[in-house]
Amino acid sequence: MTVTSLAQAAYVIAGLLFVLSLAGLSAQESARRGTVLGMLGMGLAIVATVALALDRSQRPWPVTAGLILLVLVVGAAVGSWRARRVEMTQMPELIALLHSFVGLSAVLVGYGSFLAAPGGAADGGDTVHRVEVFLGVLIGAVTFTGSVVAFGKLSGRLPSAPLTLPGRHTLNLLALVASAGLLAWFVAADDVGTAILPLLLMTLGALALGWHLVAAIGGGDMPVVVSMLNSYSGWAAAAAGFTLGNDLLIITGALVGASGAILSYLMCKAMNRSFWSVVLGGFGAGTTGGSGGGTQEAGEVRETSPDEVAALLTAARSVVVVPGYGMAVAKAQHPVADLAERLRARGVTVRFGVHPVAGRLPGHMNVLLAEARVPYDVVLEMDEVNPDLPGTDVVLVIGANDTVNPAAQDDPSSPIAGMPVIEAWKARDVVVFKRSLATGYAGVQNPLFFRENTRMLFGDAKEQVDKIVQAL
Amino acid sequence: MRIGAPRPAGADPRLVAVTPDAARRLVALGHDVVVEPGVGDGARLPAHDYVAAGARVADRVDVWAADVVVALHPPGPAELDLLRPGATLVAQLAPAASPDLLDALAARGVTALALDAVPRISRAQALDVLSALSNVAGYRAVVEAAEEFGGMFTGQVTAAGSTPPARVFVIGAGVAGLAAIGTAVSLGAEVHAFDVRPEAAEQIESLGARVVRADDAVQQVSADGYASAQSADQEAAALRAYAEQSAQADVVVTTALVRGTAPTTITGAMLDVMRPGSVVVDLAAPGGGNCEATVPGERVVTDRGVVVLGYTDLAARLPQHSSRLLGTVVVNVLTLLTPAKDGRVVLDLDDPVVRGMTVTHEGAVTWPPPPVAVSAAPPPPAPEPAPAAATAADAEAGRRRRATRRTVLGALGAVVAGLLIAASPPDAVGHYTVFALAVVVGFYVISNVTHALHTPLMAQTNAISGIIMVGALLQIGDSSPLVTTLAVVAAALASVNVFGGFLVTRRMLGMFRREAP
Repeated sequence: MTVTSLAQAAYVIAGLLFVLSLAGLSAQESARRGTVLGMLGMGLAIVATVALALDRSQRPWPVTAGLILLVLVVGAAVGSWRARRVEMTQMPELIALLHSFVGLSAVLVGYGSFLAAPGGAADGGDTVHRVEVFLGVLIGAVTFTGSVVAFGKLSGRLPSAPLTLPGRHTLNLLALVASAGLLAWFVAADDVGTAILPLLLMTLGALALGWHLVAAIGGGDMPVVVSMLNSYSGWAAAAAGFTLGNDLLIITGALVGASGAILSYLMCKAMNRSFWSVVLGGFGAGTTGGSGGGTQEAGEVRETSPDEVAALLTAARSVVVVPGYGMAVAKAQHPVADLAERLRARGVTVRFGVHPVAGRLPGHMNVLLAEARVPYDVVLEMDEVNPDLPGTDVVLVIGANDTVNPAAQDDPSSPIAGMPVIEAWKARDVVVFKRSLATGYAGVQNPLFFRENTRMLFGDAKEQVDKIVQAL
Repeated sequence: MRIGAPRPAGADPRLVAVTPDAARRLVALGHDVVVEPGVGDGARLPAHDYVAAGARVADRVDVWAADVVVALHPPGPAELDLLRPGATLVAQLAPAASPDLLDALAARGVTALALDAVPRISRAQALDVLSALSNVAGYRAVVEAAEEFGGMFTGQVTAAGSTPPARVFVIGAGVAGLAAIGTAVSLGAEVHAFDVRPEAAEQIESLGARVVRADDAVQQVSADGYASAQSADQEAAALRAYAEQSAQADVVVTTALVRGTAPTTITGAMLDVMRPGSVVVDLAAPGGGNCEATVPGERVVTDRGVVVLGYTDLAARLPQHSSRLLGTVVVNVLTLLTPAKDGRVVLDLDDPVVRGMTVTHEGAVTWPPPPVAVSAAPPPPAPEPAPAAATAADAEAGRRRRATRRTVLGALGAVVAGLLIAASPPDAVGHYTVFALAVVVGFYVISNVTHALHTPLMAQTNAISGIIMVGALLQIGDSSPLVTTLAVVAAALASVNVFGGFLVTRRMLGMFRREAP
């Protein structure tokens, strides 16, 4: 039994623990146990790796140990500081940022692995190793800049409108073709000195590609982008695993890659959009002008006041709250939860209806509501809440727009036609909290606002909800 | 501009067009409001409230000489003479039934806006005095019926025996009909309702009533939201339905008004077979009545003891709320006419709502307006099934083509992947196996993750993807300082992920809680 074989055994166990930790997330009850299992797996993997690293160290082991300790301390300090400080509304940014770290580490590990074992003709011409390094760096670089742009867009540091360069699909394709050429060059190159050049060129190209790919996608598609980058970061880790011949990296990378891919797929399905149309980007710019034609139902809106809404709610027997990104922006989840709590104390049935793509991250609304201590068993999914809406007295739409747009069902010419939506308009009364009458992300006018049973409450969602709570 | 609100006269002196609240909002629009003494008496609105709202009290002549006169009743001859040429009159004018009045108004150069001629489109709802009052009338109709009816509306089972619920039949599910349905349902009655417009069925059901079906009587979808006159066949079928339902009903509320005139829905023969003590409330009495025994404005009892109520003042019997609604309608109309909120009235005849209401303008009668077509009903279904079948076949063929393409692509991919793997060194093949299996496991595991936990899932997969640290840690011990540096940076970044990801996941999961039992 050597250190290596012990480490391999630990890796197998860690891989299993990771699978179990993700399986734990299938239900709220087992989710916390899942996280603990994941931490155990990670701890085991790190301990085994440290032992292995010290065993294989090519310099005196205390130096290596010191460096590792330094790395862990820095990581733990920065990581826990971020984790503690982050606000739940900023979750999408944090996750995008963390993705970029994985991408960058994958690039660095790829370079390190290449430099440590160049695999040139001199030492046996290990083509497979070179290809793996190349792919690992490529995916890592795309993930890195893509995530940085996503982070910028989500945190408002970059404009969230899609960047539509002329011939952007050709540009992307060119970058890929060029990478393929560079790969051939890289594999054929003899020594480190000549091989590093195509690798560097490709890295630059991939960084630009990642930047451009995400820059071309509008802010509202961010749930898909973030989960797509999640997927990429997994594939980057898996590619690094191939480079290093490490099964644990491969397993984990594949798990994460699959996870991100499924999330992206679910998000696209929830928006009734093809995956490619989101990934290739540009949505929300071209459609704003032309195709809104069928839905230009300009009309009069009935404005209401917090006092009137309070009266409406007091008289209601069942209320459904439909939150959207606007609630996150206004940080209104706490007053909303308070409102729900007060209404429930009065015997009103209050439930929350969450659309799958509400917010800027899959499940974003759920986390915000959980933060505000709304019990998760009153937070329902779209499919659960839709059948109940015709029997509901009041629907409060807080900062949601496209996800409650009846045009998706009524107007075949609408850009969002066919997208599943929460059928808020079927309730007796609908109160829409909104800053203005502006269109939602899809750039489509929302006929819901002009329905006879809809009343609009303009202004900051948080302040308005606070006023309603006071009026109660 | 000066807005005059005369003291209500005519059929419903209890209804007030300008309430103190409305006066306040008109003043806010930049207008100058003058009211006749006693303007609010009918609805018990005291004069000092008007003064407090910023209105001025002036005598009758001054009020009628204002730039804009707001009244509910059509002006009588004396009042017509008080109107200034060029003034604007906003009132209920029944333009279809009173051509003489329109001519007289046009001759005096008065621009007349009929509150009862608002086109029935969504955005004009807030201006529609008929809807506002019909709603109240529908409510009151049920209350009147409940007073006449000798029983409770709700069914009860008590120790002293049980009573069945009252059976209410509502004809016409317009605004008044729906209000009547809602009121009767909330009193506990068993409500059945009928409307010739197919789009009404859903609305009837939404209020908890049952729809009476008579397929032959259902007419084509209306283009403007109002019912239109029926063909002979349709009428016969509808009458059969009315006869059948009214014979079983304790209370019949009939609200059929087709463009101001009332078709007969309850014939004398039907009344004869109704149970003694049952009640018919005829909301169409102002148009002559739907019931053959109706006397507008009166309560009639037939020989067989059926009570027929033909009250024409149902809305005025609830003057406070009716006036409040009317006041809001008047404010809405003047808001539309005062787009700049600067007290200047602008008549935009390109606006279909304004055009629809304007019955005389610049000396000419402008009634009836050009039609506005807006109906809430869906367009009629495609008439022929053949093209539909063709598209279905097309779709089927397309799906098959796509399936074939998928299979071919999949096979190609498998061959290419197989060749690549075969070309790889043997120890790499083991990694591919692990990779392929892990992807499959990943797909299954993740598919089970509940939607609400997707954000924690992402944070956790993020933490786990920090496993790349393992690779970096192994490189730290490399003899090349460059590799070590790269590895240290990579490991530091990845460890931020590991710690940050797990901690934030824990924090999030800690927030999810079940409702305390």
